[in-house]
Amino acid sequence: MLSADFVIATAVGYVGLLFVLAFFGDRRARSNKRSFLHSPAVYTLSISVYCTSWTFYGAVGNAARSGLEFLTIYLGPTLVFVGWWFLLRRLVRISHNQRITSLADLLSSRFGKSNRLAVLVTCIAVIGIAPYIALQLKAVTSSIQTVAGASEFGQGSLAGIDDVGLAFGVAAAMAVFTILFGTRHVDAKEQHHGVVAAIAFEAIVKLTALVAVGVFVVYTGGGLEGIFSGAAELGVGEQPQDTFDSRWLTTLGLSIAAIVCLPRQFQVTVVENSDENHLRVASWAFPGYMLVMSLFILPIAMFGLTVMPAGSNPDMFALTLPMAFGQDALALFAFIGGFSSATSMIILESIALSIMVSNHIVMPLVLRFSTGRRSGDGQGVSHSLLVARRFSIVLILSLGFFYFFFTRDSDALAPIGLISFTAIAQFFPAVLAALFWRDASLQAATAAIAAGFVVWVWCSFLPSFESVSPQVAMLLHSGPWGIMWLRPEALFGLDWLDPLSHAAFWSLSINVVTLTVVSLLTSQSSLERIQATLFVDVFRRGHVAQGNFVRGSATANDLFFVAERVLGERRAAALFETAAREIGVAPDQLEPTSEFIGKLERELAGSIGAASAHVMLSKVVSGSDVSLEEVMQMVDETQQVIEYSQQLEKTSAELRSTAQKLEDANVQLRELDSQKDEFLSQVSHEVRTPMTSIRSFSEILLEPEGIDEAQRHHFVSTIHQESLRLTKLLDEILDLSALERGERAWDNVPIDAEDALNRALRVCEALLRQRGMQVELGERAGVTMVEGDADRLCQVFINLVSNAVKYNDAEHPVVRVVSSLKAGNYVVEIADNGPGIPKGERTLIFEKFSRGEHGASDQTGAGLGLAISRQIVARMNGTLELVPGPLPGACFRVRLAIIR
Amino acid sequence: MAIDILIAEDEPSILESLDFILRRAGYSIRSVTDGDAVLDAVRRMAPRLLLLDVMLPRRSGFDILKQIRADVELRDLPVLILTAKGQQQDRRTADELGADGFVTKPYANADVVGAVRQLLGRQGGTA
Repeated sequence: MLSADFVIATAVGYVGLLFVLAFFGDRRARSNKRSFLHSPAVYTLSISVYCTSWTFYGAVGNAARSGLEFLTIYLGPTLVFVGWWFLLRRLVRISHNQRITSLADLLSSRFGKSNRLAVLVTCIAVIGIAPYIALQLKAVTSSIQTVAGASEFGQGSLAGIDDVGLAFGVAAAMAVFTILFGTRHVDAKEQHHGVVAAIAFEAIVKLTALVAVGVFVVYTGGGLEGIFSGAAELGVGEQPQDTFDSRWLTTLGLSIAAIVCLPRQFQVTVVENSDENHLRVASWAFPGYMLVMSLFILPIAMFGLTVMPAGSNPDMFALTLPMAFGQDALALFAFIGGFSSATSMIILESIALSIMVSNHIVMPLVLRFSTGRRSGDGQGVSHSLLVARRFSIVLILSLGFFYFFFTRDSDALAPIGLISFTAIAQFFPAVLAALFWRDASLQAATAAIAAGFVVWVWCSFLPSFESVSPQVAMLLHSGPWGIMWLRPEALFGLDWLDPLSHAAFWSLSINVVTLTVVSLLTSQSSLERIQATLFVDVFRRGHVAQGNFVRGSATANDLFFVAERVLGERRAAALFETAAREIGVAPDQLEPTSEFIGKLERELAGSIGAASAHVMLSKVVSGSDVSLEEVMQMVDETQQVIEYSQQLEKTSAELRSTAQKLEDANVQLRELDSQKDEFLSQVSHEVRTPMTSIRSFSEILLEPEGIDEAQRHHFVSTIHQESLRLTKLLDEILDLSALERGERAWDNVPIDAEDALNRALRVCEALLRQRGMQVELGERAGVTMVEGDADRLCQVFINLVSNAVKYNDAEHPVVRVVSSLKAGNYVVEIADNGPGIPKGERTLIFEKFSRGEHGASDQTGAGLGLAISRQIVARMNGTLELVPGPLPGACFRVRLAIIR
Repeated sequence: MAIDILIAEDEPSILESLDFILRRAGYSIRSVTDGDAVLDAVRRMAPRLLLLDVMLPRRSGFDILKQIRADVELRDLPVLILTAKGQQQDRRTADELGADGFVTKPYANADVVGAVRQLLGRQGGTA
């Protein structure tokens, strides 16, 4: 038998060794970035802090009581590391980008840097982990008592001390140890290399110890077959029919949540991670570690049940079996293994929790009550952080101890651990939402976690006090105030599930439903939206520099002052020098750009959390106390400015297009102006021609010598004709001018188009007769109503028919007129067998003063007829065009819509 | 038999008035109304003066004048330009192409007769 003093001395000596390891590990890691401490192996070993004394002792007890169920606790993490590798990588990437220091920081940062959420998460974590800490205290206490307390001469310094006193001693020693270990530096992001080195060492010790015991047991028990057949003979051993119940699924699910959300797991897996690629190795190595760890658990349990006296605590088989066979050295080694697994958990868990408490609860209070930014010495914030962390460690271990104190009568280890798992699992839905669901809102996450926690307290935490409190026992039996459906272990009448599954089911269901429903009902603030994008799209956007700050009155000096308070003078100076070097100026000329302030914020976030860093820099940057709300208002205002400038851009684009239109209009006007000059010149010519005749003949008549009566009469009638021609010309010009301006000297009314055509043909009869021609009438449409003016339409037909007659120089001139109804239109075609219109003139023919090449010598028209006709038809919403005709000459087609 | 004046003008009433006043002044007159026919008529009739309208069908008077001045046999023929477009630009073009005179429509009969007399001498060639 081992003496108690020897066992305690061994434990203290072991702790001393760890401390030396941590100290040198720290120095080595600082001096050499490529040290093996940055290797994936050390990273993997540090993750195995997951295997606590729950594994070392509790799993054996669990296996002895419930068979293979203990495996689910390792199956969950294996699934996460092998199957959900992408989830961990996402967590690591985001946390590096955002300088995340803890799970509370992660959720706070994602949901709009809300400190309230961080406080909630921290409080729940501290309370929820208390049973877990208690489990370690209980395991260490029991193990010390087992290896030493049982011997008659071994009481030593333990004489007269009961398990409570021993547990208190263990807790106090752990507190001191953790403070010495974990709070030498302030920056959580500085990554506790020393501690990690010690943890990795402990991981090897506990694995070796358990494997050693396992090998011993297998050897002693006559191989695996011997052990299991021995157990079977005694009627002990696994009961497969009992292993696959609801607890199986529950513990599997809870362990999945725990490997991600447990504060210490988040610390080692995410915060302490120095290289994303280490995850690749850990994804197979860590499950491998757990496999080896659990390999001998069942044989140890079975062998213990076979050879140990009835009523022995199966949790302690790993110790009692070697002792029963007189292997004290092995028992001591096993004790150190179990001690290792407990200490590593307690150290890391309390470091992780203390970071959360100091960053999210103490730091905001310090910031709120610090009197102005110039107060205090340069190490003020840094010092209060250290004090806060030490205080937090004491608080966390105290809570663990108190939980142990109140529940010490329950003997199994594993169920205590699962209470903590259920509490921590309440963060899991919010974490998943933070990483994958853009619309998850702050209110939803807060409400969901709070609701899940309340249910957990009611259904899981409270019932664990059953053995010490008659009131709790009463509550479990008949519900509060006799309300049966509120009984903590049969909520809403659900009484067929085991208590663990019951608590997990209700707390997580309510949690998930709350998260979903509230997210859908609430809207996000702009900062939330920004952070949501940074989180959800972390792999799409890469590393995005945040510039949430508007440069205010802050000088580089002010910022340095703040940085110095948080980071310490040396690191602050280094940071500023690097920044100055990057933009190529001297450190004293560094301008506080928003990029630099953003960078500084991330650095500070590594020490004091995202929310606190943001508020602290806001204070300095704007020169006054600025709340997050005010900063958000600034962001909103910036968005307004952006919107305004977008509007300006739009307006200026409109102006540009207006200017372009004006320019086009100007070009058009110039074009019109030159057309006007051309028009005037043509009018002048057309007017001068009859004027010339009139003047010349009047002068002839003024000197009447040598003119006979017949000549005199002829000259006078020429003057008369030319005057008429002049009048007609002026009328046409005015008419066309009005038509071209879009004016219409008539009302469009329903008229019979056929009647207008017949009138035109009658008017032209005289002209036709004069030329010895006849109109060939083809198909006729009959009475057809169109919108227009009968006289004007008649004028168009007269113009077309007379053109067909006048320009026709064929030997047997023919004009053919056809009218018909086509697709809702009244169509008239007037064709001749004259010379036709040469290709080049087919569009010109409708221009003013265009008379075509074959202008007959006796033509008195000014070439305005077709132009006017086309305008008239257009004003009746019809068309006049030149089309290929049935005869060799020209063919004009008038088309007007029929009205019903 | 040679004639005194060939008139190239497409407006019938103007042609008639020119024909009347120049005959009354004692000159022998022939006329042509088509631009394309002018050069042929000049060669055939060998007039002592061409009275040339600018706005002729098919070929402009300026075009005809240019060809006359480029033709070795015809280049010395006196040409009097007749135009309804009385702008400065037309007068300048006529001068550049080597017109001997320029009459704007509507003209005073005396001006036309005066310009012809200045080029052909006071009496008609055969008169």
